Amino acid sequence: MSITLPQIIFLVVAIGTLFTGVMVVVARNLVHAALWLILSFFGVAVVFAMLEAGFIAVVQVTLYIGAIAILIIFAMMLTRKVMNDTEPQTNSQWVLSLVVAAAAFIGLAGLLNATAWSPLQAVSLEGSVAQLGRALVEPNQYVLPFEVASVLLIIALIGAVAIASEKN
Amino acid sequence: MQLDLLLWLIPVPPVAAFFIIWLFTNRSRGLSHAVAIVSILISWALSLIVFFNVIGLKDFGKTVIGSSVPWLPTGESVFRMGVLADPLTAVMLFFVPLCCTMIFVYSVGYQNYGKPRDPHDKVGEPPHNGVEPMYSRFFAFLSLFAFGMLTLVVADNLLLMFVGWEIMGLCSYLLIGFWYARNYDDPKKITPRGAAVKAFITTRVGDVVMLLGIAYLYFMTTTEEARHILGKAAGTLSFRDILYNAKFLEYLAEQPSVIVGLSVAALIGIFLFIGTVGKSAQFPLHVWLPDAMEGPTPVSAMIHAAAMVSAGVYAVIRMYPLMSAGWHEGGPLTPPMLAMGAIGAFTALFASTIAVTQRDVKKVLAYSTISQLGFMVAALGIGAYVAAAFHLMTHAFFKALLFLGSGSVIHGVEHGAHHSNEHLDPQDMFNMGGLRKKMPITFWTFLIGGFALAGFPFITAGFWSKDEILADAFANNQIVFYVLVISATLTAFYTMRQIALTFFGEPRTHSAEHASENVWTMTYPLIFLAIFALFSGFVGVPKELAELGFNNFGKFVSATLVEKLNTPEFTIVPMIFSIVAALGGLTLGWLVYGMKPLKAGQKDPLTVLGPIYTLLENKYYFDELYEFIFGRPARWIASVLVYQIMDRTIIDGALTLIARFAYFVGHVFKVTEKYTINDPPDWGLAAPIQWMGRTFRVIQTGRVQNYLLVAMLVVLAFGGVYYLRFIGLLR
Amino acid sequence: MIPLSWYLTLAAALFCIGLYGVLARRNAVAILMGVELMLNAVIINLVAFWRYNQPTVIGGQVFAIIVFAVAAAEAAVGLALIISIYRRRSSVVAEDMNLMKW
Repeated sequence: MSITLPQIIFLVVAIGTLFTGVMVVVARNLVHAALWLILSFFGVAVVFAMLEAGFIAVVQVTLYIGAIAILIIFAMMLTRKVMNDTEPQTNSQWVLSLVVAAAAFIGLAGLLNATAWSPLQAVSLEGSVAQLGRALVEPNQYVLPFEVASVLLIIALIGAVAIASEKN
Repeated sequence: MQLDLLLWLIPVPPVAAFFIIWLFTNRSRGLSHAVAIVSILISWALSLIVFFNVIGLKDFGKTVIGSSVPWLPTGESVFRMGVLADPLTAVMLFFVPLCCTMIFVYSVGYQNYGKPRDPHDKVGEPPHNGVEPMYSRFFAFLSLFAFGMLTLVVADNLLLMFVGWEIMGLCSYLLIGFWYARNYDDPKKITPRGAAVKAFITTRVGDVVMLLGIAYLYFMTTTEEARHILGKAAGTLSFRDILYNAKFLEYLAEQPSVIVGLSVAALIGIFLFIGTVGKSAQFPLHVWLPDAMEGPTPVSAMIHAAAMVSAGVYAVIRMYPLMSAGWHEGGPLTPPMLAMGAIGAFTALFASTIAVTQRDVKKVLAYSTISQLGFMVAALGIGAYVAAAFHLMTHAFFKALLFLGSGSVIHGVEHGAHHSNEHLDPQDMFNMGGLRKKMPITFWTFLIGGFALAGFPFITAGFWSKDEILADAFANNQIVFYVLVISATLTAFYTMRQIALTFFGEPRTHSAEHASENVWTMTYPLIFLAIFALFSGFVGVPKELAELGFNNFGKFVSATLVEKLNTPEFTIVPMIFSIVAALGGLTLGWLVYGMKPLKAGQKDPLTVLGPIYTLLENKYYFDELYEFIFGRPARWIASVLVYQIMDRTIIDGALTLIARFAYFVGHVFKVTEKYTINDPPDWGLAAPIQWMGRTFRVIQTGRVQNYLLVAMLVVLAFGGVYYLRFIGLLR
Repeated sequence: MIPLSWYLTLAAALFCIGLYGVLARRNAVAILMGVELMLNAVIINLVAFWRYNQPTVIGGQVFAIIVFAVAAAEAAVGLALIISIYRRRSSVVAEDMNLMKW
């Protein structure tokens, strides 16, 4: 079977994402790591787009890159004093961690590829965003998880403020 | 007001007085005796109202006054409790509250009211010259006693009667042992505590058997045939239902009981009579009465004249139809009647022989009481129902009078002893003498009482009642007649002996010299009772001698029974015998003791009888016999069998054994623990655990990443295992 | 057509990379970045499964949205914690946070 265009695109995007991911975890300079993280998020957003989940892709960019990555950079700024570039960034158990991660990947990948998945169906996903919007607010659909999630966010907000506020 | 309501109220004032004195007026002597005397006066008044109302009623006896309430539902029937006034009750209501009131008033003076507390007097011991320390308590107990007696008198059923009976038993214990702290140097002399216990236990023996009889009787009222006869009244102990029902009595007399030869009626009758044997001190349960003299004299009067012993005779008189069920006049006697006749006659003679030798003035009266009760019981045994009731009444009067008189004498001698600073037994007649001049009121009333007891012809009440008994005995049973005549002679003899030793001649001791008459609270009751001792006999004069008196008593009382008894034909013979017995005895007594009154230190002339005298003086050694048969084994069982063997050896031994075993087990645990867990640091159980702890705690690094790594390793391991199982390599 | 297993393999790889980051980095913020990578992998998984198995059921996307919210919340709180710890101990090295050791 020949490789089709979508597959090529996928491979490129996948390898890019994985590469940037690896750079995140091995970069010595933390700010570099953060920037590599942003790139990794972009790659994931492209993957979402390829999965025809457009809204999710946009949310990925907005949320992760626009909010979480920025937050991480802020945190790095606020905890800058001790950290400098010359110190090693891996702790004492890095070897074993590598082994574990590799083993996990091998196990997972093996399992996943050995399973017979159902093939892709071509469906029209027109209006799925509107549908998603409706689903999130309709009483007999997913309004409850939606509201609970918003409560969760409020709690997290209050919690974060409470934890990080400077107490005299 | 309705009469039966009054009947309910009669026993109430004394018990109210008891509670009031106990709870409220205990500290105030005046208030206590006032409460007690007012209460007994109310009861007396109510009794008299009832009495005077019923003696005018027509056919009283067939119709009675009474009411009852359903008290205890028992299956198909209801047990009723209530009050009853029939002719017998009316007679009792006449003399019982009267004697009780006199005794109450007398007690005020006897317990030295008005005199200050002597600081030498100890609580629990008789006072020497001050007021009795436990004054209020005395009146409380007396009130309770009166309550018991009145309950017994107005009761309409056996159970309530028994309740009153038992209350009096309790009060006899409380009052005989009133001076609980009194001790004597002579170990042979019984203390008030001992006497109280003796009285209670001895009467208890009778009471238990009596209760058996009551239960048996109740049971018999619930049998099939009884239900048929009694109808709605089945399951009852009511007097009217049982005793006035001829068919029922016949039924009981025909049923054979568990003892061969005795009918049910006979067996129940014997059981009930045994209760009387205890309470009225007949042989062989007579031993408690003389020792009951340890109580204060008003108590002796109450117990032995007015109340308790009368209750015993009253019980028999009341249950007479049952005991005589199956007996018809002139026919053979039923077993209970035989028992009563034999025991009564024997007791009468037996006790009077002992009374002849006693030195203590109260003991003479005690044995005299036993003897007179024997008269009454014997009378009942031969069928002389009315005579027994009559003698019961007159005896109450003159015996109460005699006891109170003796108390007056003792009081006077004690007073004299205080003045002359002598230490002596104030109750010993040989320490008295010449009191005729010192205590005139006491002397004359005592004389009247004594003559009544002896049966001085025609003018004393005792003559008429005793004569009636003798007349009935002469007509029915000659043996009993002669025994009673001898006993009457002895009665007169020892009475004269007592009077002579106490009152005639010259005072034998300084105390007697300095004796003086007592306060009015003590002498007025004596005078009042003396009037009755003289004149109460005139209601029972045989109708042939109608010019001397009335004959109402017989007609009145015999209406209590279903079958009217005929009074025997009047013959002059028994009357002659009784006159001869009385006068003869008195004269003999005068000859021995009165003509040449004894001087101080002189021995009793009767001691010439030698060994017989000693036997009589020691009461035929019955106390010693009972002590040997019953007392010593009981004490042995208590101290050796129960205490030493059962309690200490067996029970304590078992406990000690258990304790030692527990100790042993503990020791085993200790050793085990020592050698396995604790001691050796290398091979005990504690050390490896310690080592493991020390070793493994390095896992707790406190670093999250370490923990997470370990977790991931485990997850991978699990995953691997599952994968291998999945592909079939591992089962 | 891209087989589902490719997406899943990508997600697995991203997840394991993140796992390595969590286990092996010293700085707490770096650890958090690893956690974000892991969460991303999870969301890729979710969306892939949604698209390949139940594309008409919008619940798959809703699930992904919720996971986003959770991730955001957790990142916020986690960073707040790190800042708080930094204030106290002037260090964000994970190895130094061993107060719970024996």
